[in-house]
Amino acid sequence: MRSAIEVENLSFKYMGSEFFTLRDVSLRVDEGEFAVIAGATGCGKSTLFKCIIGLIPQMYQGDYSGRVRVKGIDPSRVPISRVAQLAGLVFQNPDNQLFALTVENDVAFALENLGLEREEIERRISRAFKIMGIEDLRNKSPFELSGGQKQRVAIASVLALEPEILLLDEPTSSLDGATAKKLLDELREINRRDGITVLISEHRLDLVLREASRLIVMDEGKIIADDDPRSVVRRLLSEDYDAVELPKLSKIAWSLRLCGDGAIPLTQKEFVGLMLRCSR
Amino acid sequence: MIEFEKVTYTYPSGVTALRDISLSIGGGEIVALMGENGAGKTTFLKLLNGLLKPTSGVVRVDGVDTRTTTVASLARLVGLVFQNPDSMFFCPTVLEEVSYALIQFGLSKEEGAKQAEKTLISLGLWHLRNLSPFTLSGGEKKRLAIAVVMAWSPKYVVIDEPTSGLDGRGKRTLKELLEELLRGGKCVIISSHDVEFVSEVASRVVLLRRGEVIADGPSEEILTNTELLTSASLLTPQIPALFKELRDQGFRGLNHRCIKMEDALRELSSLLGRPNLDLRSGSA
Repeated sequence: MRSAIEVENLSFKYMGSEFFTLRDVSLRVDEGEFAVIAGATGCGKSTLFKCIIGLIPQMYQGDYSGRVRVKGIDPSRVPISRVAQLAGLVFQNPDNQLFALTVENDVAFALENLGLEREEIERRISRAFKIMGIEDLRNKSPFELSGGQKQRVAIASVLALEPEILLLDEPTSSLDGATAKKLLDELREINRRDGITVLISEHRLDLVLREASRLIVMDEGKIIADDDPRSVVRRLLSEDYDAVELPKLSKIAWSLRLCGDGAIPLTQKEFVGLMLRCSR
Repeated sequence: MIEFEKVTYTYPSGVTALRDISLSIGGGEIVALMGENGAGKTTFLKLLNGLLKPTSGVVRVDGVDTRTTTVASLARLVGLVFQNPDSMFFCPTVLEEVSYALIQFGLSKEEGAKQAEKTLISLGLWHLRNLSPFTLSGGEKKRLAIAVVMAWSPKYVVIDEPTSGLDGRGKRTLKELLEELLRGGKCVIISSHDVEFVSEVASRVVLLRRGEVIADGPSEEILTNTELLTSASLLTPQIPALFKELRDQGFRGLNHRCIKMEDALRELSSLLGRPNLDLRSGSA
């Protein structure tokens, strides 16, 4: 399997800060993976994303050491626009991404800068709007939208670039449950159908883990766990680790000692299966 | 008491965000305003402290019509924490950010700093006091925004999407904080679509859809009604969804109104015939 993202011994300290936000982080994400990064706020997730797309060290100053490669390219040394065509980042706060007078112009902006033909721009915009279910917002100002609507527009802007790697920094934080679930289903579908690599930081593990092939946990700038989701959840429960909000069903199964040495349930179906076995 | 009497709000663009809302919110409760994105939750919250005035109808805060008073005077009573904390910050340091409003409300610089210190310590933010608010992480910014409002101790604490950007530990701290506010006689109003958090903290849920109240009642009643939640684009919380599935699979005697983790553990251990099970600490 070819690597999509490689990070080796990456450390970064923002200028003026007393401590390193990333401390000797090493990570490899292969093409086609759907990986989730979890961790307490301030653990370095967003900083890691900024390093992957080259915003750090190109736009943020500080102490940077280590090596990052995105599809073999060093994002610290090539124009950010080139990295953006390979890896698109959806920011945590959509206000950081929106600026145009209409939603359509906002999504079209980056595409126009890529020099695409009008028909291709229209095709990509229509596809991204359809995926995010925002066709009705097309002619509205981004600034009169609700928080969740803004988030969907911000994701559509990145989807329209059709990058090979999608990085999403807490994309569901201001979405209602149904929209969040729909988005995660769509991301999984894009991942499976188009082979797009997805790296997503997320607090709502109950929604995202059922789709994930891998769970990476960061704490104070370091990666402290990186394995299949069930193994990581079991380990965090056994260590009484509380910085990450684990699915309630997993916590209940663990507290009731339902699983013994077996797999920790991540879904309702798995939990019910365990209950049926335990009550026989 | 905050009262909404036939309140409608239409934005200058012509979009009606709230339509004919009548309800009252008193002390001693944590009320969660829920609904899909764009349902009118944030508009509702901005009407509480007079940032928006009703297009028709009346909003009264402790008997005062919000149209007849200033936002500044209402702010002492109603503290509003915005969804996006960045829109609240402008001071060079965290400590000054929290002290600022206190000084504007008449405290001396020393008194303001002392009260700010107390608040920052209680929210676990004291170690960040000398940093710029803009360099904080998303969750830290959220806690700071809450600290700014908490510092002057308003009677009504209103928080727009309090859990967005918060991790597990942050949510637990927030839950304890809201419960402490409740014990202190405050009224807490939050807007949220985090059904898991709301099911653990709120005593009452007001459900909005397209600017109208479609349900208003005890959390146990509303958060176990899947049909109602689905109509508002919300997911059923994990525990009531699980209990329904278990009942469908033939497990009898499970409470139809169970929404809290602690109650679920008790019910399930009893169902499994292990009522005295020493539940693993910390994991709940």
